Amino acid sequence: MLIFELSRPGRGSFHQAPAPVPEPQLPPALLRALPPLLPEVSELDAVRHYTRLSQKNFSIDTQFYPLGSCTMKYNPRACNQLAMLPGFLAAHPAAPEAAIQGLLACLYDLQEILKEVTGMAAVSLTPMAGAQGEFAGVAMIRAYHDSRGDAERTEIIVPDAAHGTNPATAAMCGYATREVSTDREGNVDLAALRSAVGPKTAGLMLTNPSTLGVFEPSIEAIRDIVHGAGGLLYYDGANLNAILGKVRPGDMGFDVIHVNLHKTFSTPHGGGGPGAGPVGVSARLAEFLPVPVVAKEEGGYRWLTELERPRSIGRLSAHGGNVGVLLRAYVYARMLGREGMARVADYATLNANYLMAELARAGFELAFPRRRASHEFIVSLKNLKETTGIGAMDVAKRLLDKGFHAPTTYFPMLVSECLLIEPTETESKETLDAFVAAMREILEEAHTRPELVKNAPHTLPVRRLDDVKAARDLNLTWKPNPG
Amino acid sequence: MPFIPHTPEDLRAMLERIGIPALDGLFDEIPAGLRLHKPPAVPPALGEAEVARLMARRAVPERRTLNFIGAGAYEHHIPAAVWQLATRGEFYSAYTPYQAEASQGTLQVLYEFQTMMASLAGLDVSNAGLYDGASALGEALLMAVRAHRGARRVLMPATVHPAYRRVVRALVKHQGIEVIEVPYCTDCGHTLAEALEPYSKQEVAALVIPQPNFFGVLEPVDDLVNWIHARGGLAVGLVNPVLLGLLKPPGGWGESGADIAVGEGQPLGIPLSGGGPYFGFMTCKAALVRQMPGRIVGATLDKDGRPGYTLTLQAREQHIRRSKATSNICTNQGLMVTAATIHMALLGSVGLRRVAAASCARTQALAEKLTAIPGVSRLFAGPHAHEAVICLPASSSDVLRSLLQRGILGGLDLRVDYPELGHALLVCATETKLTEDLDCYAEQLQAALQDSRVSPC
Repeated sequence: MLIFELSRPGRGSFHQAPAPVPEPQLPPALLRALPPLLPEVSELDAVRHYTRLSQKNFSIDTQFYPLGSCTMKYNPRACNQLAMLPGFLAAHPAAPEAAIQGLLACLYDLQEILKEVTGMAAVSLTPMAGAQGEFAGVAMIRAYHDSRGDAERTEIIVPDAAHGTNPATAAMCGYATREVSTDREGNVDLAALRSAVGPKTAGLMLTNPSTLGVFEPSIEAIRDIVHGAGGLLYYDGANLNAILGKVRPGDMGFDVIHVNLHKTFSTPHGGGGPGAGPVGVSARLAEFLPVPVVAKEEGGYRWLTELERPRSIGRLSAHGGNVGVLLRAYVYARMLGREGMARVADYATLNANYLMAELARAGFELAFPRRRASHEFIVSLKNLKETTGIGAMDVAKRLLDKGFHAPTTYFPMLVSECLLIEPTETESKETLDAFVAAMREILEEAHTRPELVKNAPHTLPVRRLDDVKAARDLNLTWKPNPG
Repeated sequence: MPFIPHTPEDLRAMLERIGIPALDGLFDEIPAGLRLHKPPAVPPALGEAEVARLMARRAVPERRTLNFIGAGAYEHHIPAAVWQLATRGEFYSAYTPYQAEASQGTLQVLYEFQTMMASLAGLDVSNAGLYDGASALGEALLMAVRAHRGARRVLMPATVHPAYRRVVRALVKHQGIEVIEVPYCTDCGHTLAEALEPYSKQEVAALVIPQPNFFGVLEPVDDLVNWIHARGGLAVGLVNPVLLGLLKPPGGWGESGADIAVGEGQPLGIPLSGGGPYFGFMTCKAALVRQMPGRIVGATLDKDGRPGYTLTLQAREQHIRRSKATSNICTNQGLMVTAATIHMALLGSVGLRRVAAASCARTQALAEKLTAIPGVSRLFAGPHAHEAVICLPASSSDVLRSLLQRGILGGLDLRVDYPELGHALLVCATETKLTEDLDCYAEQLQAALQDSRVSPC
């Protein structure tokens, strides 16, 4: 049932709207003739409807969510409550700095914490998501080369295992993408990289640990190859959770990074955002950071804008980015504190390696059995698919029946029938053991009752949905029945 | 350990199953020379009560203020149910709904949202949300250029929010797109079709049409849409969703309607929150849907023929199309969109129109009270929505500073972006401001002006 189908003329009470006033004297040609299609429901109707809808979701608060490359860790409730203190919610973005010193102090402190844990010289918090952080990062690479009059560099190199955002971002910044291959152990193929770099190389975008769930041990050689060719190194912070407090992108030689606060710093995913993707840079790129950034001066905190930062790549949002998300990340960082940062990487990696070992024992095939897992790892169901016809998507859907969210499927595309599994540090051994037990059951079912797996899920509000029909017979808005 | 559930016994048992003696062994593939050997220099951990004290202290402003700033972020009443529902864990801590069967709640909310937004804008389709209004405008122009397949030039009236114009420039500059600023009429405060004539011989992909514009002035949208359509370009409306409860929707502008309409979703139940998170919305004609960036939800059927919802047209997106994607975006600010959907469901079309009308009336009343003060005048005479430009007989920055001391956020200083207007303020009063609030502003402005040296506007 849609909210529109609950609507009845005359049911709305409008006690949440202001009392009616005489309408402003505006030319009739500028006014709306027909009302928009909004429902007329009681408050209880709406509350019940959206509460029931929420119950049709899986979420971290209700299920284990081993979604690789997404870092679905617990989102502490204190972070939400403190970011929603009335004083923060009421702050107008154009309010004078004198009126929002406490808010600016939090943002400044967060900048400093991110600088320290990433090893970068300067940070801007404004990008509103990881992908916008990537855009800012590549735009800064371009601004750097342009500032040196180096206009020949037209290519961004990405490993073939990279997130789709990497090539999409390079294109938005006017660069062509060049892919380099991965070797059999999941590392960047150094020979391929050497032959790919040259005077056209603007930079390399790298996730480390990679999307294959392994740390790139030749990172120093990669750095030297790219820097040697005059390119810059971009760190995609998607997997920062694996190394927080253990090793810093700045120390690995990266020139630009973005951090996904909705992953490593535990701000909520919200069913698809809002996230935040702050960017950090080495000193030679600091002047290009997107504005505004927060500065601490004698009289207090202030925004630095285009006026103080004329060489900035510019502004990515009308105001200062997703401030409420930044506040949540700040609260989280303060609760972790000095001692807690490395503990995140320790236990995220422990959980991943434990789960990997247990799934291997249960008969699942690992994509990189000789490697240490980072905070995530890959299981390949290629052989299972060949022998039983049950593939990664089937196992994923069957997991839903057993009360677990599915791992990431079919990414990275390098490994066929893959499940990318990331348990995060906030899950207990009991939860991991229950997941292994569920996976064992599914493996058993794949051999004995394959139809059960192939037709999963069976217990959710809907069964497998027809994606082809959705794209072919586009139905993107509800329409009232003409009768 | 905060947020980590492992007991010492768990740790021991897990290491044993992995086959290593200590946690440190998990990091043996990282080159030793890169490893950190001491904790980062960040402050020591705070307990929940301690961090709550810190944040409570920082959240309290030095003095209570009455806010009369709008300029793209508006203080409206938000029904209590909106955020109580949106922050339910099942919405708050869910991922992007890739696993459709496990995300029917979020997906149906998005489908309802798309229906509401398309109807508000009077256009065929809506996506499931973008980052914010400014970046949505940038995406709309990239989309218009893709759809036009010829020109890479777009016209941007100077009456568009200055920060939006900056964001657009930052987002499109690497794709060889020329953004031409169109001057406005300094008497009437809007764009005149005559001002577009210099570009009538050039190929133009799109014209941006803000309604209302940054000054709160209503643009002659019908003329502007007809002008750009006569020259083969797309009309991109930039609109306030609350005011769409009252104003003619972009789909009805001119003879054939705007092609794309975008805007800032914040007025629909999103708190000011220092500037974000908000969300952007984008609606368009059906023929353009494959050029749209961002998430789109479609209705379909499951194996048993039951209705359900799923992300669709994903072949446009980065995770499939990579460097050929319509955008690199992979968020739709889902939680904000969820709140906005609940907000619109609670207000309904009558409630939304009342908010819009009351806000326009409040601003009109405020402008009348302020211009009753000697030396204070109003710029731009034509029809207005819920913002107005007033001109002061003294330095606008001095007056704003003095007003802040008196507990008034008196508006946005236009001196930097529109120096030609003199000492001008952009002021806004939404339905949240009572008559006594307006009187208070007028009294304090009078006092502030008496304090400062008066010079002509």
